[in-house]
Amino acid sequence: MNFSEMTEKYYRTDKLPHIWCPGCGHGTLLNTVVRAIDKLGLNKDEVCIVSGIGCSSRAPGYLDFNTLHTTHGRALAFATGIKHANPNLHVIVITGDGDASAIGGNHLIHAARRNIDITTICFNNNIYGMTGGQYSPTTPTGDFGTTAPYGNTDSTFDLCNLVQGAGATYVARGTAYHAQAMEKLVVNAISNKGFSFVEGLSLCPTYYGRKNKKGDAVKMHEFLKDNCIDKKVVDKKPEMGENKIIIGEMYNNPKPEYTENYKVVIDKFQK
Amino acid sequence: MAKNKKSLVLNVESCKGCNICIAFCPKKVLELKNDKCVIARPDDCINCGMCELRCPDNAIYLVGGNKDE
Amino acid sequence: MSNEKNYKLIQGNEACVEGALAAGMKFFAGYPITPSTEVAEISAQKLPQVGGKFIQMEDEIASMAAIIGGSLAGLKSMTATSGPGFSLMQENLGYASIAEIPCVIVNVQRGGPSTGLPTSPAQGEVMQAKWGTHGDHPIIALTPNSVQETYEYTIKAFNLAEKYRTPVIMLMDETVGHMREKLTYKDPSEIEIIDRKKPTCKPDEYLAYKADEDMIPPMASFGEGYRYHVTGLTHDETGFPTNNNKISGELITRLVNKVEKNVDDMAYFEEYEMEDAEVVIIAFGGVSRSAKTAIDELRKSGKKVGLFRPITIWPMLEKQIDKVAEQAKEIYVAEMNLGQYFYEVDRIAGKKCPVKKINKVTGELITPNEIIEAVNGGK
Repeated sequence: MNFSEMTEKYYRTDKLPHIWCPGCGHGTLLNTVVRAIDKLGLNKDEVCIVSGIGCSSRAPGYLDFNTLHTTHGRALAFATGIKHANPNLHVIVITGDGDASAIGGNHLIHAARRNIDITTICFNNNIYGMTGGQYSPTTPTGDFGTTAPYGNTDSTFDLCNLVQGAGATYVARGTAYHAQAMEKLVVNAISNKGFSFVEGLSLCPTYYGRKNKKGDAVKMHEFLKDNCIDKKVVDKKPEMGENKIIIGEMYNNPKPEYTENYKVVIDKFQK
Repeated sequence: MAKNKKSLVLNVESCKGCNICIAFCPKKVLELKNDKCVIARPDDCINCGMCELRCPDNAIYLVGGNKDE
Repeated sequence: MSNEKNYKLIQGNEACVEGALAAGMKFFAGYPITPSTEVAEISAQKLPQVGGKFIQMEDEIASMAAIIGGSLAGLKSMTATSGPGFSLMQENLGYASIAEIPCVIVNVQRGGPSTGLPTSPAQGEVMQAKWGTHGDHPIIALTPNSVQETYEYTIKAFNLAEKYRTPVIMLMDETVGHMREKLTYKDPSEIEIIDRKKPTCKPDEYLAYKADEDMIPPMASFGEGYRYHVTGLTHDETGFPTNNNKISGELITRLVNKVEKNVDDMAYFEEYEMEDAEVVIIAFGGVSRSAKTAIDELRKSGKKVGLFRPITIWPMLEKQIDKVAEQAKEIYVAEMNLGQYFYEVDRIAGKKCPVKKINKVTGELITPNEIIEAVNGGK
C-alpha cells in the first residue's frame, strides 16, 4: 500500500486500512487531528493519544504516538493521570458521543472543571456504532436507533454547552465536511493551556444514516454543508442561526491550568 | 500539464468506495468503478486537494509539485 | 533521619503511606471513603513534599484509571479505598491486569455488602480481591496485621507490582487501618527497592508485550521515545489487539502464570506456636491478633494449638496450607465474613483433616474468647 507523506509520518501504516465503515466521518476527522499536530510541529515522542471504547476510540491504534486504548468512558481519567504525572506530554483524548457524555460524562465535566491541559476531540456521530446503532445522548429526540424503535424519547446534550458550563477554557465545534476549519480548531485547542474540547460532527451512514433515512455518506456530508453556520456570523446576525447547527469557536477564555497550579504547591512545599 | 503541478495518487487497497471524493471534486476528475475510486480525468485536476481533505481512508492524495503552490 | 527519632506512634493507614513513600510512591489518586480516607489525606500532605503528585478524582473508577495513567507515565502509583469504592475499581483493576501496569490498591475493609457498616471492620473482600474483576487474571494481595507490617508490606506491595507488572492489593481491615501502634522506620539503606524492568533495545525494535523468559515484558514509560500501544483488548506481543485464539489463550495463561508460578517469591506468612500444634488456627489481618491471644490461653490449659497466618492471601499458599494439613488434626479458619478463605483452605486441606469455620459479620473483631470457645467444642 502507498500513502502520502503525512500518512507515512504519523500513521502506523501497517494497521491500515482502518476498521471504520465506508464513508464514516471518523477517518476524515482523525486526519484533521493529525494535520493539526503536524502544523504545531509536536515531537511524536511527546504526544500521547488516549481513547475509551467505541468506533472513535479505535483511532489511537492507527497513530504513531504513545497510544492508550482504555475502558469505556474512562479515557479522560487515564489521561488525567498521565498529564498530572508528566505535564510535558501533549495529551489528546479521542472519544465519541456515548463514550464522552454517557458512560464518561462524569469524567468529562470534572476534567473540564479542573482545567487540566488535555485536548479532547469528540467524534460525534449521534449513535453507538460499535454495538450496532443504539441511541446515544446526542441522538436527536424523535430519531431512530435499534434501542429507539419508535423514535428516541430522550432529550439531547449540547456537548459544547455542557463542557463550557463545566469549566473548559477552549470549546469549539467543527465537522467532517468543514475539515479545514476543523483542523484550525484542533490547532487552537492543542495550543490552549488548559482543558480544550472540540466536538467534531461526524457521520455514520451505516447505522444512524440508514435508520433515519439520511442517505449515503455524500448526502450526510451535504447535510453538514447546508445546515451549519459559523458562530461569528450568528453573533452578528442571530436570525441566521435559526434551525442551524452553530460551528466554530464557542468559547476561548484561558485561566490557570491544573498541573501548573499543582507545580506551585510542589515548589512551595517540597523539602 | 502546468509546471510544478502535483499529481494525484490513488491507493486502491485503502479505498472503500464511499464516493465522497468523487462527489466533492469540483472538476469531476474522479469516478466510481467496481466500488472503487478511479482517477478518470487526471488532466482536469486543479490540485485543490478536496479529495485528500475529505477521504476518510487516506486513499487519495497529491504528491510532488512546488510547495509554494 | 539523623536528628529525628526513627519511631513514631501512628495509625495503620498512616503507616501505609509511609511504606508507600519509602517504596518510591510518587503518584496517588483517590476518592474519600471510610475507613481508608486517611491514606488519601496523608498522601495529599506528603507527596508534594517529595515532589510527588496527589489528585482527588471524581470517583473510584477514575482513581483507578488515573493511577494506571500515572504509572504509564513512569511514576510509582497507588490508590486507597474501602468496600464500595473497591467495587468501583474492579473495572480498571482488570485493565491494569491485562495491560500489565504496576500499581498498588489499598482496600481497608469495612462491613458490606453495599454501604454496609462504614466504620466497622470486616474481611468480606477476600474473594472479591481475587475474582472481583471479570475474566481470569493474576492478583497479588497482602494482609498485614499490625502498623509495622502495614509499613513493611506496603513496600513489598510496590516491589511486587513493579517486578511482576501487575496490580497488587493491600487487603487491610478497619482494625489494622485505624489501630495506633509504634512504627519503627527503616533506614533507606536497609530497604530493598525493586523498579520495573526497562527495555534496553532501540525504540523501533521494542515489542511492548513480548515477555522475557521470566514471563514479564520490559516496560517503557510514555514519553521515553518508545511509542507503543496499550489496550485492554486481548493483544499480541506488539501490544495491538488480536482475535487469534491461540495468542489470546497464551496471553491470559502467561498473565496468570507469571504470578502463580512465582508464588514462592511472594509467599509471606507467619507461624506461631506451630512446632507441636495439633489444632491449627488459620487467621489473617486483625483476627490473627485475637487468634494469638486465644492460642496463649489455650496452651495454658494444655491444648497444643498454633497459628498459621497467611500474609500473602493471594496467590494461595497451597504448599504451606498443605503442610499445615499434614500436621494438624483439626484446622479452624477464623475470619470476619461468613466463610471465604475457609473454602480455599478446605479445598487444599479438607481431605487430610477436618476444616472448620469461625465467622463473625457483626462489624466487630472476632474475640480471643470466641476462638477459645470454638476450639473447645463450641458453647
